[in-house]
Amino acid sequence: MHSPIFSAHGVTKVYRAGEVEVFALRGVDLDLYEGEIAVLLGPSGSGKSTLLNIMGGLDRATAGEVRFRDQDLTTFSERQFTRFRRDHVGFVFQFYNLIPSLTAWENVALVTEISSNPMKPDEALEMVGLKDRMAHFPAQLSGGEQQRVAIARAIAKRPEVMLCDEPTGALDSKTGVLVLEALSRINEEMKTTMAIITHNAGIRQIAHRVFTFKDGRIADVAVNDQRARPAEVSW
Amino acid sequence: MSPSTTNGHGPPKLAGSAVSVLDRKLLRDILRMWAQVLAISLVMACGVATIVIAVGAYRSLEQTRTAFYDRYRFATVFSGLTRAPLHLRERITSIAGGSGLELRIVKPVLLDMPGMAEPATAIAVSIPDRGEPTVNRLYLRIGRLPESGRPGEVAVTERFATAHRMAPGSTFHAILNGRKRTLSVTGIVLTPEYIYALGPGDMVPDPRRFGVFFMPRAVLAGIFDMDGAFNDVAIRTQRSADIQAIEDAVDRILKPFGGTGAHGRADQISHAFLDNELIQLRAMAAVIPPVFLFVSAFLVNMILSRLIVLEREQIGLMKAVGYGSGAIGWHYAKLTLVIALIGISIGAGAGNWLGHGLTTLYARFFSFPFLIFQQSLDLYAIAAATSALAALLGAARAIWSIVTLPPAVAMQPPAPARYRAFLTGDGRLLSAFSQLTIMAFRHLVRWPVRSLLTTLGTSLAVALLVTALFSFDSIAFMVDTVFFRAERQDATLSFGVEQSPRALQSVAAMPGVLRAEPFRATAVILHHGYRERRLVISSVPQRADLARVLDLDLDPIDPPSAGLMLSERVASLLHLRIGDLAEVELIEKAHQMVRVPVTSIVQSYVGLAVYMRAEALDRLVGGGPRISGVRVSIDPARLGDLYTAIKQMPAVASIALQGVSRQRFRETIGENITIMTSVYTALAVIIAFGVVYNSARIQLSERARELAGLRVLGFTRSEVSSVLLIELTTIVALAQPLGWILGYLFSWSVVRGFESDLFRIPFVVNRSTFALASLVVLAVATISALIVRRRIDSLDLVRVLKTRD
Repeated sequence: MHSPIFSAHGVTKVYRAGEVEVFALRGVDLDLYEGEIAVLLGPSGSGKSTLLNIMGGLDRATAGEVRFRDQDLTTFSERQFTRFRRDHVGFVFQFYNLIPSLTAWENVALVTEISSNPMKPDEALEMVGLKDRMAHFPAQLSGGEQQRVAIARAIAKRPEVMLCDEPTGALDSKTGVLVLEALSRINEEMKTTMAIITHNAGIRQIAHRVFTFKDGRIADVAVNDQRARPAEVSW
Repeated sequence: MSPSTTNGHGPPKLAGSAVSVLDRKLLRDILRMWAQVLAISLVMACGVATIVIAVGAYRSLEQTRTAFYDRYRFATVFSGLTRAPLHLRERITSIAGGSGLELRIVKPVLLDMPGMAEPATAIAVSIPDRGEPTVNRLYLRIGRLPESGRPGEVAVTERFATAHRMAPGSTFHAILNGRKRTLSVTGIVLTPEYIYALGPGDMVPDPRRFGVFFMPRAVLAGIFDMDGAFNDVAIRTQRSADIQAIEDAVDRILKPFGGTGAHGRADQISHAFLDNELIQLRAMAAVIPPVFLFVSAFLVNMILSRLIVLEREQIGLMKAVGYGSGAIGWHYAKLTLVIALIGISIGAGAGNWLGHGLTTLYARFFSFPFLIFQQSLDLYAIAAATSALAALLGAARAIWSIVTLPPAVAMQPPAPARYRAFLTGDGRLLSAFSQLTIMAFRHLVRWPVRSLLTTLGTSLAVALLVTALFSFDSIAFMVDTVFFRAERQDATLSFGVEQSPRALQSVAAMPGVLRAEPFRATAVILHHGYRERRLVISSVPQRADLARVLDLDLDPIDPPSAGLMLSERVASLLHLRIGDLAEVELIEKAHQMVRVPVTSIVQSYVGLAVYMRAEALDRLVGGGPRISGVRVSIDPARLGDLYTAIKQMPAVASIALQGVSRQRFRETIGENITIMTSVYTALAVIIAFGVVYNSARIQLSERARELAGLRVLGFTRSEVSSVLLIELTTIVALAQPLGWILGYLFSWSVVRGFESDLFRIPFVVNRSTFALASLVVLAVATISALIVRRRIDSLDLVRVLKTRD
């Protein structure tokens, strides 16, 4: 077995909403291994997004330890977080978050400009099957295409880990499959570790492991012996 | 018991509450956006304040002047002459259209004021021996008018009295017709004729060195051997009178008596200066408030449009639950009106306060017995209505978009922004720019009208500053030209009557005189075709070193042996060019006409200057060489001796001290410019801040999500800020040259507005003025950017990404 790329121990996150304390995470332990696709399932408010944000350096744990390889994220400064996101993490969000004023190619180039060992934007767009849509602005692309640009943008820096929050949440099943295919291909070809949040139980079939969240804790971890190809999945 | 009384956290009580829910929302919106609201309100306040100040001061000055003129029967036609018998009164009275006249003795005199080394100059004016003058009546501040039975009694003008701390009973010495006499003050007066009292050679009033005093006609006639004679006419005409016909009639009557030509109020110095001030105020009222109204309308449009985009779903919801389009539209119109109301209140308060300040400033320059500063309500009403209207016009489009938005569409997110293929390519073309820069540029081009208006708004701040600051350059240039290149003498002595050239020797021999140059000044009417102008031809000696004539490049030129040297102003008024023949009508030589060629066009900023070489002028006038005065340069160490000698020289009627004038001019103008510049700088800072800050805030609001996205991708705070800053910098940078051009045009129009026969301001804008104007605006832009940058630093990355755009 590989050593974990991410390891979280006893991670707790408390939000203050006015005078009320909200426990988003209540002592979560989780290891992610290199090249693994992990799916995080669970009802909304169960803490999966909070954990993803903490792993991605967007948020800070209230207690517990989060390690990325040999670095302790809980001790990071704001500047180190920025550096960490820039160098190691690729994000994919439900609402794509493309820059509307940049074309597909430019949205990818946005990231390759600041990465140390990026692939060419053309190459990244080719991997998601959008080579012929490079000069289009987000407003000229369909939802699935926009999400694939977002994936191309995430992979172009050759990140060690990709964190995807509901990547197919805004898509219909047919376009969603295209997105999953792109993710799956990247995982195979580049051995990128992936953590994917979804409400969609169908996606669990492509994962190596499935974590089910409930009330800020991991309620269940299932290992997938028979992984499906994205094309076989539907919802 | 209602829930709200049992539970402090209960929902807000609606029943019985006077404030509707929409109004509560309004109040909270305003409190939330207080900084932006204030920035716009301040811009609007400037518009209101400038209307109140400029229009208020204009009215105040105009009404005060009119009231003073009417109550004290200020004359409408004036003429000087050498000497004429009093029995001409009947003929002059019989001219149709006159409603009163005074035949006066008016003489320049030298004064020896206690505690003042340099001689002062005064004008002695006769008043009737009994009763009040029919025209140019005196306002008696204190004391009484002098009586003819008591020689030596005078009434003096108020500002002169104040400058010398004189009161009824005070005495001073004057050299009257060559004899030093002691005069005793009986009263302190004001006259509509000398509201703006300018001494010889002065460019701003100096009440210490120049005054006017009044003596009974019999006394003054006795002193100046003018029994049964007069040398000055002032006529008041009926409202409907044909002024030109009256002037012509007066000229015909006075022609044999050395009449210098009748003129109306426009050529009366005090009146003309007041006119200039009024023109300036009118220009201020016409140019500045519209700038602010335009900018505030634009700002209202900008923030309201954004607010409506942000509240689109709320608007849809309100419509869905049954609020009418009108009610929702009115809700946003009220927001606009509240902003306007804040602006109007601040502006009215500031305008009132500054208006009083300006009136006080007038009181220092103009001698009025009273100042009418009416706080007329209509002025405030007009200012308020215009501002509110401008704001509503700015809001109109945004409000219309609410009214016409169907609720079902409103609940949907707006269609994604479409960007133009500006700066697109396969990347090779754009390799010079980073994607962040391209983002900034595309955003600029995406809203071209807004970008353009933001640029224009910022450039107006630069332009206002250039307009305020250029006067430093122009005045400095004028002072340098007039006092250091052209009129380099320390003093100019003018004789009461023309003297033989021997008088030059007596002046040159006076203690402390280093150099003396004579001049002759001859009153003429210059004709060219049907055009004519009354003016004075001054002679210049060859190789003059003190008073030099400057060509259009401001290099001194030696007068040619014959012909006229016309100042640019005179040449353009009479349409004369080099080589043309002008007809010179010699007023004091029985209006003899002589044709003289124009040999050069020269530069002059003061009066209607025409020069000739001394010998040529003597030949033209005939009767042998004469001199009207002497220009001298003085050894400062012996000033005191010289002043004493001048006070004892009977021939000298007046003295202009250029050195003192220069000093006084600089102080006064310097002070005025400092006040003006501070005001304009404050106005420009408010515009720049209003525009740049609001524009940055709106950009941030529109792009918060995008910028947070960049932070997530690993861009640092400075990199993310740079997207906004590049856009802001581009706008501010483009605004600079535009502001310089607008400022240049504004300044040019100011210079043109000032142009008169009395004086012209050279149009000079130094590079440092452009630089300083830009520097102020850049500083304001930087501060605005830093405030907004702090907000970028505190973007909530997680929350922004979780929401739909």
